[in-house]
Amino acid sequence: MSVLVLIEDGEASLQTLTLARTWGRPLYAVHADAVEPFAPDAIAAILQRSADDLNVSAVFAAGTDRGNDIMARLAARAGLPFASNCIAATPGDLVGVVRSRWGGSLLETAALNSPRPLITVAPYTFRVTEGPAPIDVDVKRFIDELDPRDLMVRVSEHVAPPTGGVSLAEAKVVVSGGRGVGSKEGFAIIEELAGLLGGAVGCSRVVTSAGWRPHSDQVGQTGTKIAPELYIACGISGATQHMAGCKGAKRILAINSDAEAPIMLNADYAVVGDLKEIVPAISAEIRRQK
Amino acid sequence: MKVLVCVKRVPFTGGKMVLTPDKMSLETRHLGFTISPHEECGVEAAVRLVEVNTGESVVLTLGPPEAVEQLRDAMALGIDRAIHLQTDGAEWDPEATAAAIVAAIQGDETATGAFDLIFFGNESADSGGYQVGLRVARALGRPCVTGLKGVKVEGGSVRCEQEAEGGRDVYLVRMPAVLTVKEGLNLPRYPSVPGRMRAGRKPVATSSPPRPESRLQLIDLVVPGGPGRQTKVLGSGPSAAPAVVEMLRDIGLV
Repeated sequence: MSVLVLIEDGEASLQTLTLARTWGRPLYAVHADAVEPFAPDAIAAILQRSADDLNVSAVFAAGTDRGNDIMARLAARAGLPFASNCIAATPGDLVGVVRSRWGGSLLETAALNSPRPLITVAPYTFRVTEGPAPIDVDVKRFIDELDPRDLMVRVSEHVAPPTGGVSLAEAKVVVSGGRGVGSKEGFAIIEELAGLLGGAVGCSRVVTSAGWRPHSDQVGQTGTKIAPELYIACGISGATQHMAGCKGAKRILAINSDAEAPIMLNADYAVVGDLKEIVPAISAEIRRQK
Repeated sequence: MKVLVCVKRVPFTGGKMVLTPDKMSLETRHLGFTISPHEECGVEAAVRLVEVNTGESVVLTLGPPEAVEQLRDAMALGIDRAIHLQTDGAEWDPEATAAAIVAAIQGDETATGAFDLIFFGNESADSGGYQVGLRVARALGRPCVTGLKGVKVEGGSVRCEQEAEGGRDVYLVRMPAVLTVKEGLNLPRYPSVPGRMRAGRKPVATSSPPRPESRLQLIDLVVPGGPGRQTKVLGSGPSAAPAVVEMLRDIGLV
């Protein structure tokens, strides 16, 4: 049973290969950068031609934004169902899948009824195991034969991000504020502590919706998903939308006036009380000990 | 300019996911409902485009009778009218959802002209299928760009900015087009009291399309086990600061 995998740079594609290998062999690969600049409909067309040509029994991609985008385009072109962000997939007449919902806060067991299952693999859910490398499909002919309409959606320019500061996604420490911070100005003490620890400032969705911080600071299902060494959550209740973004943290310190807040039960360390007193006291203590 | 935004009614989940006894859905008796977050930015984008360019903005949902609340919410923010594809509350898979939306769009366009832009959320907050917008675009034969954090109409084209590794990728596509957006595209406004009053009088066209057989069939839902963190209380109030710094020192951050 042969399987086709869409390959992108990064860990997520290695995890995808790990699941795809359990399905069968040979394993074929098409690369997401086969057409440069990037053109998602063209990649979907190449995947479709490759899948037909090799008569593969399933197509896999990583559940990244790009992987899900290309797989959905393939599904639409081929008239097939598509199961996104799976953490498990078992071959069969009816394919059994377990899908991630609500940013991973809930799992769904589902049956995928398809002559050619299309599956993306939720990032960070598989431990990568080594295995035979996939065979690259020779896609030159498919590129030459692309329909010009499949090149209409194409990257025309790349804009660099604003520079400065520690990036939220890469920071070793993230100090985050929620509703309990109270105002835009209230973030001064959060910024101070983050600065002392060489970390980044984060926040919850309530804070970005109120306009206190830019959306690029949001940790959560609809913001950035992070995995720092330490996450310090100040005045954040810990709704599932938020936990979906920070559950990858190695350690969580929660500072909250409500000892029963969900975040306090999902943290490694907790301090109960008013963050407006506690956060400056921690900063002062760090300074004193330096 | 004629602009459509498609939205989904989803519950506000709190600190914990609780399932119904049959494990087929979330227990929502004690939860409020909202428009799925990415789509709130789609509503805002549609309202702003029509404010600047004049024309008409329309909101569409496929959902239970109660989803009319989310249509009224969108109209309170300035959307002109609504299309409600009513279901009995059972979940529709993405293929079926897209097919019903395509039929509704084609019907509306035959009557009142083509939509220049159709907005979707990049993915819904609950089922997160990542595909309805792209399926609709393919069926209508229109270009689609996904996951947008920037949308700017320039003549007959639209400049789309998508977050990408090391910055943003820019796409220029001709209208009519389908765009899927992400939270952060804009900061959605709050409804005004007059806006809410006007919303009650705006038209909602309701129909009940038949539900086709699902090819991605939900069997049941499972709440995953947590990371199993053991919480250690370091103290209360500012006097806990030394214990916090000791912990920071132990893990090598101070």
